[in-house]
Amino acid sequence: MSRPSAIEVVNVSKKFGDYTALDHVDFKILQNEFFTLLGPSGCGKTTLLRMIAGFETPSAGTLLLKGKAIAQMPAHKRRVNTVFQNYALFPHMTLSQNIAFGLENLGWDKARIRERVGRMLEMVHMEDFAARKPDQLSGGQRQRIALARALASEPEVLLLDEPLSALDLKLRQAMRNELRALQRDTGITFVFVTHDQEEALDMSDRIAVMGHGRVQQIGTPIEIYEDPKTRFVADFIGDTNFLEGEVIASDGSTATIRTALGTDVTTTCENVSGPGPATLSIRPEKIGVGEQAEGLILTSTVLSRNYLGGFTHYTVRVGEIDLRLSRRNAQSHQDAFDIGDAVRIGFRDSNARILGQ
Amino acid sequence: MSKAFRFWGLAPAWALMILTLIVPILIVAGVSVAERGAYGGFDWAFDLTSYRQILFTEGWTDALEFDPKYLWIIARTMLYALTTTVICVALALPVSYFIAQQSARVKIILIYLVTLPFWVSMIVRVYAWLIILGNDGILERVYRLFGGADVSGFLFTSGAMITGMVYSYIPLMVLPVYASVEKIDPALIEASHDLYGSRWVTLRRVILPLTAPGLMAGSILVFVPCLGTVLEPMLLGGGKQLMMGTLIQTQFGGARNWPFGAAIAMVLLAFVVLVLLINARRMPRQSEIGL
Ligand SMILES: Nc1ncnc2c1ncn2[C@@H]1O[C@H](COP(=O)(O)OP(=O)(O)OP(=O)(O)O)[C@@H](O)[C@H]1O
Ligand SMILES: [Mg+2]
Repeated sequence: MSRPSAIEVVNVSKKFGDYTALDHVDFKILQNEFFTLLGPSGCGKTTLLRMIAGFETPSAGTLLLKGKAIAQMPAHKRRVNTVFQNYALFPHMTLSQNIAFGLENLGWDKARIRERVGRMLEMVHMEDFAARKPDQLSGGQRQRIALARALASEPEVLLLDEPLSALDLKLRQAMRNELRALQRDTGITFVFVTHDQEEALDMSDRIAVMGHGRVQQIGTPIEIYEDPKTRFVADFIGDTNFLEGEVIASDGSTATIRTALGTDVTTTCENVSGPGPATLSIRPEKIGVGEQAEGLILTSTVLSRNYLGGFTHYTVRVGEIDLRLSRRNAQSHQDAFDIGDAVRIGFRDSNARILGQ
Repeated sequence: MSKAFRFWGLAPAWALMILTLIVPILIVAGVSVAERGAYGGFDWAFDLTSYRQILFTEGWTDALEFDPKYLWIIARTMLYALTTTVICVALALPVSYFIAQQSARVKIILIYLVTLPFWVSMIVRVYAWLIILGNDGILERVYRLFGGADVSGFLFTSGAMITGMVYSYIPLMVLPVYASVEKIDPALIEASHDLYGSRWVTLRRVILPLTAPGLMAGSILVFVPCLGTVLEPMLLGGGKQLMMGTLIQTQFGGARNWPFGAAIAMVLLAFVVLVLLINARRMPRQSEIGL
């Protein structure tokens, strides 16, 4: 990739006492990128974000902002702004004053500040609220002001720590699109923290999946979902069936695995260097049932059924293994399979992945 | 809740308020417009002489002459109360910030230490300053120990008085200021740094404004009792400079002029009410104080 990097995290570790919150984290965030840190609670996402903002210092390693080391630079000198999880709007200032705060500290002249504050309020559709105080706003409105305030000075990087988690579902959907559009329009690098995988897949250019204080995988949403490199990533992003088995043949990029399914599966593999134990991962929507079954065909018995409108989820038993699969309800009042029915299921080898230990 | 319950349920509180607050004030108000008795005390006869006496004296010819003597006492009282309040603010701010930054356990201990002097009688505490500031007292000895000249005369000065007043009332400043500081969301301070605010900008534009409710409350709590304070001017000021509190005390005591003492007390009360009213107008949302 030839695009220059906005932020380089170089071998960063962070310890709180004996506890290692970040363990040799190393990656680059490119300029103009919508970059997401995704991971379960407590995996160190906030810690990493606070380090970039300047509120925490690494125990080891360095951080580069546009190629310059910033470990020694205090937070108020970094051209990095944050949208805080609870927004952290100044309660004693009006919305205009909140937005102007950073610009005043940068020493902008009054006319320029007034012009910019007006433009930011317009951008987040809050022009009529300029003179209000934050406690007179709804959650979604506060969110917008927090965004406007953080973007006002056109920082090099915008950090967002779970900014949507306090909003209700409807608003969250709308704000996703707004945030994405805002990022495209401003061209500012966004570093977005979430533990909501759908949010991450929907919005990001690239995602870093974090777990246990480490970066598990970095890639585009499609790479992360379709080609997970570890069990952790396959498990955390989306739903999947794991089948334990033995690799019987491999050539580096593809392998053949023997599992309790009774049929060997040959497909793309990760971390497989030769024969030995491995895991087959196959996602529920990749398994066809009834007329949708294709590829490797198996017979199974229906154990449970969950009707969800657009999809129906089934759990079926093949020999000794239970598989979860999801069937798209392409027809209205589509026939359903009943519990105990014998059904044909099938998936293409190429849709499964073999993950080494 | 039924109407009757709401009325009778509050009856004990009303009774207490009326008996211990309203009735005594009415009595003092009554005495202030009574006639001075020939041998001290007072006679029930309507007479505004006491109030006139605050501003005028009767000259040789029985004509009233303006005399600012008592106005000066009132002004001095205001000045000392104000000085004490300002010093308390200056001391309470850093103390509160310091306490707020400690761990939960240390916080409790420090707040307890701040309130500790209240467990000791006021007189004892003021006497302690006599020992510290007095002739050949602790302060003078320490001063000599470090090679200072043989000095004396710390005691019975306005400095000693104000020292005593600051000492007596500062917990009433620290507690509300601390309550305000403690409530400041740390994310707001980070937000200020994030938006290019230096430490100084953060203090001036974020921390201080958010501490204002506590500062207001603390200032009232210190200023008001300072207006009527008696012990410090008497013991530490040596009674050389009269304040409203000591003036009232002498009128009811040595001077045996109860109506005049009561009149000064009413003026003092008027000032207190005035301060409270101004504060109530300035701060429509008192609930923010969090006391
Ligand atoms: N100041 C601190 N002192 C001690 N431990 C801390 C501190 N800050 C964070 N930790 C620990 O470091 C780990 C990572 O915390 P962090 O807040 O970065 O997680 P997170 O990924 O943001 O989680 P969440 O999704 O719940 O917000 C946690 O186990 C947390 O307990
Ligand atoms: Mg977090």
